[in-house]
Amino acid sequence: CALAWVYGVSRHRRGAPTGSTSNWIRGQSSLAQQPLHTARKPRKGEHKWAAVVGLEIHAQISSNSKLFSGSQVCFAAPPNSLVSFFDASLPGTLPVLNRRCVEAAVMTGLALNCHINKKSLFDRKHYFYADLPAGYQITQQRLPIAVNGSLTYGICVGKRQSQVTTRTVRVKQIQLEQDSGKSLHDDLRSQTLVDLNRAEGQLRVDANVSVHHPGEPLGVRTEVKNLNSIRFLAKAIDYEIQRQIKELENGGEILNETRSFDYKLGCTVPMRDKEGKQDYRFMPEPNLPPLLLYDATSLPAGADSQQVINIDQIRERLPELPSVTRERLVQQYEMLPEHSFTLLNEVGLLEFFQNVIKETRAEPKKVTSWVLNTFLGYLKQQNLAVRESPVTASALAELLDLLDSKAISSSAAKQVFEELWKHEGKTPTQIVSEKKLELMQDQEALEQLCHSVMQGHPQVVMDVKKGNPRAINRLIGLVRKATLSRADPAVIKAILEKQLSCH
Amino acid sequence: MWARAVWLGLRAPLGGRRGFTSKADPQGSGRVTAEVIEHLERLALVDFGSREAVARLEKAIAFADRLHAVHTDGVEPMESVLEDRCLYLRSDNVVEGNCAEELLQNSHRVVEEYFVAPPGMCCPEWFNR
Repeated sequence: CALAWVYGVSRHRRGAPTGSTSNWIRGQSSLAQQPLHTARKPRKGEHKWAAVVGLEIHAQISSNSKLFSGSQVCFAAPPNSLVSFFDASLPGTLPVLNRRCVEAAVMTGLALNCHINKKSLFDRKHYFYADLPAGYQITQQRLPIAVNGSLTYGICVGKRQSQVTTRTVRVKQIQLEQDSGKSLHDDLRSQTLVDLNRAEGQLRVDANVSVHHPGEPLGVRTEVKNLNSIRFLAKAIDYEIQRQIKELENGGEILNETRSFDYKLGCTVPMRDKEGKQDYRFMPEPNLPPLLLYDATSLPAGADSQQVINIDQIRERLPELPSVTRERLVQQYEMLPEHSFTLLNEVGLLEFFQNVIKETRAEPKKVTSWVLNTFLGYLKQQNLAVRESPVTASALAELLDLLDSKAISSSAAKQVFEELWKHEGKTPTQIVSEKKLELMQDQEALEQLCHSVMQGHPQVVMDVKKGNPRAINRLIGLVRKATLSRADPAVIKAILEKQLSCH
Repeated sequence: MWARAVWLGLRAPLGGRRGFTSKADPQGSGRVTAEVIEHLERLALVDFGSREAVARLEKAIAFADRLHAVHTDGVEPMESVLEDRCLYLRSDNVVEGNCAEELLQNSHRVVEEYFVAPPGMCCPEWFNR
């Protein structure tokens, strides 16, 4: 079972094109479109181009059974083993709606700031395909479960991609929809093998792309289908925008067609579509009454709780949404917005961060820096997920405590971290002791060392007294060497300055 | 049965009695053009085959047009005859499936545990061969 979303992309900050909000193309399978960006190089003194992109996203709902039948939802099961009589479209079978799927759709709609339609309808979308035994797909074309939402997101801008600016994208609608089966084309034996299990993948995106000059009507759009990764989605859209611009600038025209992305060549190619626009002959699904949802005020008295869905109750069950979490992190830990984005964009990283915070005395800013720079750096270098990390939150917390109490220096801490990453079962304290990385705590011994170093290098002392600014650093370096790097340079400097002023 | 499915797709305009007119039949003569027949044959995978079959379709449409005798001014159209029924919500439990052998027995051709469809069952050309 699957849930299809339709996105409209937000307008670019650089001057809103005119008339965009009312120029929504309506039709059986079209989408909200908003200008994405202007082309980078306008040629021959022509007007700028504005590209419009709409995304149709198919996301599988996380549930035990399917949208309309009680078969299991499970990845990579033997072919046709998760198929009920309804899924095989045997005559006389009927769709039965899964409550959990409706709740998931409502939750998604709420999280995306949609208006939840208290009444939504199911329709049949007809077309013929080997893996669609019924000859139609049950979907929500006329009146879907949620409409008119939005999603705010951050993108990295600036010279070093370090600043985060927020953008908003519109969500036209969210609808519940049946998934089709899987076809394997065996060209060798001229046959198609069909598996009706229908749990093929978690996410599929189709992109609709058109270009136009700002102020003019929207251009003809093409649909680029079956894009399975974010990276290729961006590439395909970029390519298609440039292709359309080039075509139009050369006096050609854009066909309203379906294209697919050739991963190897990095370009979009037309799919066989001699039929032109598909006629899906939408009709109401005669076997499903309208889906009615309630809220606290409209809930009928004495209703069976298993048979009614309360939007307000679902809203209460929503977890903290990312934008709220990010804001909280910025306020609570005084971190930069871009840090909050990074923390949330890596699976498990926020939890790790919060566990370290819980167990350490060190300042939140120190924790943020260590988690986002050192810890994340090591993970990325070895392409590991947070849950695969050899360093636990407790270990890092202990390390940061040692640093905070000035038991070790910052460079020693980095050494300890590297040792921890080897995952040999030693605690930070053990590593410090084994490698003798403790900072010298004995003030007297340190003072004596400073004294003897100064005595051993009278020329340098002379330079310092003469006012040479680099000479003091030389002295500090010499003392550090003598302590085998186990003394804090700031402390050394203070002692040296005190001793120098006395002589 | 297919002919009946076809007229469902041709919506009657609201607001009382009017002769049935549409893109397909702008004169209201009751004739269905060859262009429309071809389109329907592709969409519904039927083969009208003969002039008699088309005539039968035209009669079926004329028969359905008698619905226009009903006054529907100010009447809210129904979604379906089920619309005041309760939509039953099923609990998210696994209670079906695991009957591949039984299902595959229905198939003319099977390869391992896959249904086999002839090639090109994914494009209209196959249906019009």
